[in-house]
Amino acid sequence: MSEKLRVRKPGVFTTIQDLGRPNAIMAGVPPGGAMDRFAHRAANLLAGNDEGAATLECTLNGPELIAMESCLVAITGADFDPRVNGEPVPRWEGMFLHEGDEVTFAGRRSGARAYIAVGGGIAGARWLGSMSTYMLAARGGMHGRQLMAGDVIATAGPPSGPAISGRKLTRNLLPDYSNHQLQAIAGPHIRRLGAAGRKELFGSPFKVSKDADRMGYRLEGPGIDASGDELLSFGLAAGAIQVPRSGQPILLMADHQTAGGYPVVATVAGAAMPVAAQLLPGDELSFTEVTIEAALRMRTAQRAALDSLVN
Amino acid sequence: MPAPPSTPKVRTHPLGDSALLAELGTRLDTALNTRAIALAAALKKRRDVRQAVAGYASVTVHFDPDQTTYEALTTAIKRLASKRPPMAEPGRLHRIPVSYDGPDMEAVAAQLKLTPKQIVEIHTRPIYRVFLVGFVPGWAYLGPLPEELELPRRHVPRTQVPAGSVAIAGRQTGIYPLPSPGGWHLIGRTPVKLFLPDSDPPCLFRAGDRVKFFAQ
Repeated sequence: MSEKLRVRKPGVFTTIQDLGRPNAIMAGVPPGGAMDRFAHRAANLLAGNDEGAATLECTLNGPELIAMESCLVAITGADFDPRVNGEPVPRWEGMFLHEGDEVTFAGRRSGARAYIAVGGGIAGARWLGSMSTYMLAARGGMHGRQLMAGDVIATAGPPSGPAISGRKLTRNLLPDYSNHQLQAIAGPHIRRLGAAGRKELFGSPFKVSKDADRMGYRLEGPGIDASGDELLSFGLAAGAIQVPRSGQPILLMADHQTAGGYPVVATVAGAAMPVAAQLLPGDELSFTEVTIEAALRMRTAQRAALDSLVN
Repeated sequence: MPAPPSTPKVRTHPLGDSALLAELGTRLDTALNTRAIALAAALKKRRDVRQAVAGYASVTVHFDPDQTTYEALTTAIKRLASKRPPMAEPGRLHRIPVSYDGPDMEAVAAQLKLTPKQIVEIHTRPIYRVFLVGFVPGWAYLGPLPEELELPRRHVPRTQVPAGSVAIAGRQTGIYPLPSPGGWHLIGRTPVKLFLPDSDPPCLFRAGDRVKFFAQ
């Protein structure tokens, strides 16, 4: 373990996240992990880490960090206007910090969640196979809680790849975060909607309500009528669009409930979830129906973009 | 020898690009749930399957799209489901002490036209089955609840239900493992911990287990 960064200010909500604990769903524990997995993976690769190493997920604004020794870092995801010693620094690019350097964020310009990776991978408490913070159970990451002033960010070991600064992800390989059309695949209970309801779901604008967190986003928009017989509870997946009786859909995110009995009318493509992860209350979005094949082509393109960083 | 249960018809539906829902039926039924648990166990052994979770009468399968497709897995699931499932082991039996003094006991008694004593007698009578574990950490859907105790959920869910609350709704009963919002009727409480964050798996109940409540 080596101490790399001291937290001077934690930011609104900053947690340690990795790729989650997919096997814990057997016990009703959410899979968790980074909300924007593209940004999380890219940050790690830019810092010379395995893409599954832990990063800081910074929500709404960034923390203030002081380098305790030189280290390689990368900042990706939302644009909170990152600075080092007051000077603007690029995002989506690996850069060295020297002892005493101050990382700050001048303010949110776009997006909801930024990721900070540190060469060597951030160390945190491991719970059920993952360092992701799960606050409800107070486990994982930084003692199962969000960062606080005075915390020390340590790394687990040397980076798995060479520590080279200046590695960058070119703009044209990034997901188009400004395009809030989320590609989605028709779900198990789509037939409940009928032709008109289906048209409303795929095409109408929805708005992210105030009720939006790592568990899911309650959406406001045209009422979707998915009524029918009561369903027996079944296992859920991130990206599922549930429709409760109120008709206002819920988009399930990383810390989603693992089972439920509301109809699932569609599921957002895995490759569109990074865009979903960058939405905030008040943001508009819409769903575009795609085939599984089209969703997987998007996934392949994102994979290729990440692979371009490891050579 | 009882006749082998008829082969349920399986229907699969995409749950995104890397998961699917395989439905064996739409009834709350022990035999269907047994088949779902067996199917999930068989699917978990496949290398292209990341995780398979049994629901009441369904299996949610998380798969690796680099190794298989929705269609290939659907074919495999239909083949697996047509086989007679192995004889299910009787699940572990948990005996759970309950103080039947929940805040909804009087209201439930009035609605059902029963006395609290009768409710305790009926609720402690069956050995319930753990149909599925999920929703929130450690939560288990137990049933079937005797028909005499069947009630719809509360009109207004509580914003905070204390951990350990023993509750009923529909043909189901359950125990709140963590303080959480909830719409079920609270008839009692137990000191038994269902969510065990420092154990692996971090929950007391597993799908297929059996649960017997007793009044204390």
